Amino acid sequence: MTETLSQISVYFLFAAMALYAAAFVAFALDIANRAGRVSAAASAAPSAVARRAEASESTASVGAVGGTTTLTRITERVEDRVQQAAASRSLRWGMGLTIAGFVLQVVADVLRGVAAGRVPWANMYEFSLTGTVLIIAVFLGVNVRLDLRFLGSFVTGLVLILLGISVVRYYVAVAPLPPALQSYWLVIHVLVATLATGFFALGFALSAAQLLQARRENRAAHGEPTGLRFLLTLPTAARLENLAYRVNIVGFILWTFTLMAGSIWAEKAWGRYWGWDTKEVWTFIIWVLYAGYIHARATRGWRGSRSAWLAIIGFGAVLFNFGIVNVFFHGLHSYSGL
Amino acid sequence: MSRPSDHYESSAQTITEPQLGLKGWLRWFWRQLTSMRTALFLLLLLAVAAVPGSIVPQRGADPNGVVQYFNDHPSLAPVLDKLQLFDVFSSVWFSAIYLLLFISLIGCIIPRTKHHLDAVRAKPPRTPARLSRMVGYRTYTLPAAPEAEPSGARPAAIEHARTLLRSSGYRVALFQDARSQSVSGERGYLRETGNLVFHTALLGILLAVGLGGGFGYSGQKIVVEGQTFVNALVNYDSFNPGRFATRGDQLSPYSLTLDSLKVAYETKNTNAIGQPLDYTANVTARKPGTAATNTRIKVNEPLDIGGTNVYLLGNGYAPVVTVRDPSGQVAFTGAVPFVQPDVNNTSIGVIKVPDGLRQQLGLQGFFYPTKHQLPTGAYTSIFPGLRDPMLSLIVYGGDLGIDNGVPKSVYTLDTDHLTQLDGMGTDQPALQLAPGKTVELPNGLGTITLDGVKRYASLSINHDPAQGWVLVFALCVLGGLLTSLFVPRRRMWVKVIDEADGGLRFEYAGLARGDDPGLDAAVATLAQRHLAALGFATGDPGVDAGSSTSRRKA
Ligand code: HEM
Repeated sequence: MTETLSQISVYFLFAAMALYAAAFVAFALDIANRAGRVSAAASAAPSAVARRAEASESTASVGAVGGTTTLTRITERVEDRVQQAAASRSLRWGMGLTIAGFVLQVVADVLRGVAAGRVPWANMYEFSLTGTVLIIAVFLGVNVRLDLRFLGSFVTGLVLILLGISVVRYYVAVAPLPPALQSYWLVIHVLVATLATGFFALGFALSAAQLLQARRENRAAHGEPTGLRFLLTLPTAARLENLAYRVNIVGFILWTFTLMAGSIWAEKAWGRYWGWDTKEVWTFIIWVLYAGYIHARATRGWRGSRSAWLAIIGFGAVLFNFGIVNVFFHGLHSYSGL
Repeated sequence: MSRPSDHYESSAQTITEPQLGLKGWLRWFWRQLTSMRTALFLLLLLAVAAVPGSIVPQRGADPNGVVQYFNDHPSLAPVLDKLQLFDVFSSVWFSAIYLLLFISLIGCIIPRTKHHLDAVRAKPPRTPARLSRMVGYRTYTLPAAPEAEPSGARPAAIEHARTLLRSSGYRVALFQDARSQSVSGERGYLRETGNLVFHTALLGILLAVGLGGGFGYSGQKIVVEGQTFVNALVNYDSFNPGRFATRGDQLSPYSLTLDSLKVAYETKNTNAIGQPLDYTANVTARKPGTAATNTRIKVNEPLDIGGTNVYLLGNGYAPVVTVRDPSGQVAFTGAVPFVQPDVNNTSIGVIKVPDGLRQQLGLQGFFYPTKHQLPTGAYTSIFPGLRDPMLSLIVYGGDLGIDNGVPKSVYTLDTDHLTQLDGMGTDQPALQLAPGKTVELPNGLGTITLDGVKRYASLSINHDPAQGWVLVFALCVLGGLLTSLFVPRRRMWVKVIDEADGGLRFEYAGLARGDDPGLDAAVATLAQRHLAALGFATGDPGVDAGSSTSRRKA
């Protein structure tokens, strides 16, 4: 029974991965199309791109409503127009496929949990399975509030790579929980940690986009060729920085909670709340790196690209902690199941 | 989204050329140390400095790993040791970084607290002359209406704005000039409060951890089924008092009897045969003056007794053996814990027989709970439970080295002054015993019997008086973080201006102080509510007009 269920779970996972792969292609096409649209827009209305430079907030009288005169602000910028037009077919397909893949992956994850008779995050394979579900969930969830669909190819690509590695390298059959893991803190601590990872992943992508955008803006300001046309359809570097910050601080708060919940659990299971075990060391390093990122944004000379690099290094540490420390480093947290 | 102009950082950053003299230099150094840039640098340095602590084994977390490292890298290890790389987190350099960071933090908190207290008491600043430069600026005009009394409308509108802002948590001040009247509101002092609570609580954690470690203690004890542990210093196998901890005579008096240790292993799931499912220690706890209570200790459920926590950290087997001399006189009998169990509980142990035989004996060997002979002839265990147990022992005779008063670990055998009497390299096979069996010792020294096998629990008994404080400060850190990152600090203005034609113009605007994505929407809402209260509809095109990628899905 357990075997069959976990086998079915794997089939659902493969189906989800196929859909993610298709979504990745659709998102990539969208990026390619954006570059094309920018050229078209630029040749059709040369002033449009130029106007983008002074896209700041000017005001103009628009019309009267009832007894009061309403003044609305011009918010139309090239990027908005391109973006609206850009709810292109491939972008919509990308989102649709991602959502479908997400649903299948949730089924795969739940089946794995049912097969094991517990939460599906107790070894590396299961961490990866649930972690990637959460990365997609965070991506879809954040998109309800902020249009970050342009990150679709990054997110689906990342998830595909992680799932590929975990299926090939980390797969283990269902096994019961060792006594040290039998705690409700497993549910809380690991779930919040993976959720934090989802936010950090998005923040990483935004910071990377910010760096590219900043480079482009810088070159444009010096009249140099800018390359990477699709960047014109993305928000400005300043806006990307603010988006990255908002996503990263949510991740940071979840990570702070992870660290504390982990200490409470360690106190229960091992008799001390902090012992500089390798995994604890890396959790601490990640926390300090992101604290550094937050500080950098408030430090003269560190806003912009420098702080973005810190967010990128921070996410590098998150990946390292998960992929390398779990598997190759010794310590009490040796639950990779490998 | 730049930082507010009166932010602490702005004033502190203007570092002037140091005046000559010690005082000037000290002041300059202090400014440097408490600057944001230094804090950032020290934070990043702290992250980097922690990395070797995860690469090189640490004495605190992995003492065996350190021993192993010395064996594997005999020339490199002493160098690393000089650099304190086996004790990174108590090393001079790591401590220097975090102490500097915390000094910097204190130097940061104090002036910011002062600054903040002043800001909390001060009135909101004067309304800017040109609101059109501010965020979310909106304006609405009310044409002159013949029937209305303009001189009354203006103060009424201002009064409405004032109550509206106050009810939304703004502190307000009224300003007036010849042609206009305005309300200036400020809110979100909690943001800075949260930030200060956060940073102060970090200090609190550091202090609590330091002091708690100093006043606490932890000790380990192996207790075999049926045995009783009395909480006194002499009874511990190992004991680590904190720097300021009181000595053992003040340990709280209680005793624990291990009635049984129940262990369950997976037997059905073919992918996980032998994996542990549960460890439960059933104990009887006694405290002076109270009745004995039966309770249990599990891996994630320590026992809280007498101000200490008792943890079940491990378990294993303790074969019960009896050694007799050739005449049948008992020279030794007891349960001997075999330690360092591997996955299938193959474990090693030492039996010392100092008296009662012709010579002192030391027996060293392995216990296999479910024995299996490998093709090489060696044994191993293939299941952690007691299915087919075997005890194999090598016998040493001579001087155990325990008579000169130097304490020796009961778990290791010093073979320097002993002669191996059987096993590999001798003409006698090693002893092999199953439960209930008796075999002859070599050289006619007597017999040894394996009477049975018991389990033992490896307990850790910890006392940390500051643990609760650490938790309290940790919660303050979290709470402070949430408020400081999510409470928006902003200013809002409502201005009512007399128009030349006798009408009124309303102006609304805000100013972000820190990262404040919702400001434009907040200004729109304020305008709407204010005008609605005065009986007008705004027709505001939407609260999201200002941000291009914020998108409300219908
Ligand atoms: C002990 C090490 C420190 C850690 C772990 C740390 C961590 C943090 C974190 C997580 C934040 C963001 C949350 C918040 O705003 O409350 C923050 C903000 C801040 N910290 Fe620190 N901090 C440390 C030391 C310092 C020091 C020494 C200073 C002063 C020089 C400082 C000044 C600030 C300021 C001004 C902010 C506000 C930043 C903003 O509003 O964006 N911190 N710190």
